[in-house]
Amino acid sequence: MMEKFNRKYNQLILLLACFSILASCEKGDEPAPEFMETNLAPFSVEFDNIIGDRTLTFNNTAAPYTNAAGEKFTVSMLQYFISNIKVATADGKEYAVKQDSSYFLIRSSDKATRFAKVRVPEGDYTRLTFTLGVDSLRSTMGIDKRTGVLDPAANGDHDSGGMYWGWNSGYIFFRFEGNAGVISDDANGDPTGKKQFKYHIGGFGGYAAPTINNIKTITVDLTTAGIAKVRKDRQSNVHLFVDAMKVFNRPNGFSIAAHPNVMFSDYSVNIAKNLTTMFRHDHTEN
Amino acid sequence: MMSKKQILIIFSLCLFVYACKKSDMVQEQVEAFLGFQQPANFPAPVYKLSANPVTKAGFELGRSLFYEARLSRNNTVSCGSCHIQSSAFTQHGHDVSHGIDDRLGTRNSPPIMNLAWNKAFMWGGGIFDLDLQPVAPITNHEEMDESVENVMAKLRLLPKYTTLFKNAFGTEEITTARMMKALSQFMVMCISSNSKYDKVMRKEAGVSFTTQEQQGYMLFKEKCASCHSEPLFTDGSFRNNGLSLSPINDQGLYTATLIATDRYKFKVPSLRNLKYTAPYMHDGRFLTLDGVLEHYHSQVQDLPNLDPILKNGARLGIALSDEDKSKLLAFLATLNDETFINNPALAEQ
Repeated sequence: MMEKFNRKYNQLILLLACFSILASCEKGDEPAPEFMETNLAPFSVEFDNIIGDRTLTFNNTAAPYTNAAGEKFTVSMLQYFISNIKVATADGKEYAVKQDSSYFLIRSSDKATRFAKVRVPEGDYTRLTFTLGVDSLRSTMGIDKRTGVLDPAANGDHDSGGMYWGWNSGYIFFRFEGNAGVISDDANGDPTGKKQFKYHIGGFGGYAAPTINNIKTITVDLTTAGIAKVRKDRQSNVHLFVDAMKVFNRPNGFSIAAHPNVMFSDYSVNIAKNLTTMFRHDHTEN
Repeated sequence: MMSKKQILIIFSLCLFVYACKKSDMVQEQVEAFLGFQQPANFPAPVYKLSANPVTKAGFELGRSLFYEARLSRNNTVSCGSCHIQSSAFTQHGHDVSHGIDDRLGTRNSPPIMNLAWNKAFMWGGGIFDLDLQPVAPITNHEEMDESVENVMAKLRLLPKYTTLFKNAFGTEEITTARMMKALSQFMVMCISSNSKYDKVMRKEAGVSFTTQEQQGYMLFKEKCASCHSEPLFTDGSFRNNGLSLSPINDQGLYTATLIATDRYKFKVPSLRNLKYTAPYMHDGRFLTLDGVLEHYHSQVQDLPNLDPILKNGARLGIALSDEDKSKLLAFLATLNDETFINNPALAEQ
């Protein structure tokens, strides 16, 4: 009898303990700490790549995706640079992540790369801003400043995921490749017969004379889907959906058959505009 | 018993040995590494030497890398394959460069010469920093067809490079920046500044132009110097010099800028060392200097973006009599620099 009571008592304590842990996880009510640029805490942005209503899977020939033009396609590569992350509070306090720690290459083939992990001051943030691509200043810096994902030797060669144009010094900001049956086998499509599409979007504005500038700044309002409460004892994570279907659809809709390969060209400017519509804030984990 | 004659022979041999020893010492002094030296008649370099000062060890590493065939996919092609010192670091006799697997490029190998004064690289531009230039030939399908990452992986296996990188940069680590900076250190040291022209300009004792060379120099200043400006004999700009369109329709600078007015513009090449660098133009279409001069005299095409200098009213190009051409050729010959193409420090060791 006593044993039974003890067991019940123990279970109660366990339950209470669980509640108290849960309660300590509940952190909505505490006031935002005073904004101090030196009071840094972990913060991350998660780039969760999707295609329309579906998750991203590679070379899914059994169930290809369909764009607004009605073309069926599969995806073999999706990767892009994210840089210059900034956050802002409701009362207008802004913080830009230190330049040298603010370059990320999101590669959908490697789930570990989906987070841009940075440090920002403790605070409640209602707005997130970042660059899709590599800013022009960094694009013209000396070789010593091109380390990590910015190393021209990093990420493989041109065929295997490289994100650097050696012939026209600059980074590929956004690289999206796959296959679509609508692509012709001639010089206007893919003469190798593999029916591949390749979109390598870059162009930072030029060294000497102004050239195409496809650097895009993305601003995400966090007030609807959840502000980021950055504190030292936890990991605030802004979870974005990045919808690659938007590459084809808006605002400058195009068909894969008409433009199966777009790299450093005037047409890339149209596609770069579409890229700004890919990012959607789904929720924030605080 | 030694004869007088034998003694004399031994004595003279001793003298000879002594003389040799002395000249070795002199040689050593001459070869002491001086680093980057700006020639007295040259302007300040464009390349930021303060960010990458040339050291003996860095230069030697760069030289090894320049002549390293492992920079190519199948270890057959080095920088020196298409940039041959005896041809003033061009690929003499090839209209367009001949790279890996006998693949042909689309452009003529430009000289590795006075690059510290270059603002932009490649015939069609696109590269503005010497430290980033080697990425282009290493990764180009027709040239070396390799990745920089894989080049470094191959170098890391060789004790020779472990030592060379350590000497140059303090540790054994091989990085893109270190590799590129070493290559730059070698390339900026490829300075051609000892032609007869240079000696005349520096008023070195006993050197002067002949009458014909002097007349050619005057003609040059009148008809050529607006683009091929002294003392580098290029102003570093990109211009359309009226070449008829090539079968592959190479659009030059336009490809890198997508600016319509850059169509068919190519980098103005230096006129130094022309004796060693035939054929001429971005696609090596002219086999001789006579061919080049005739182009300017009578073959300039009125294509989009033709340089205004080559269009005076209805007259296209630059009027040159046969006598003018002889004089110009005599002057151009004073720009050949034998010490440059024979400099042992720049040769494969």
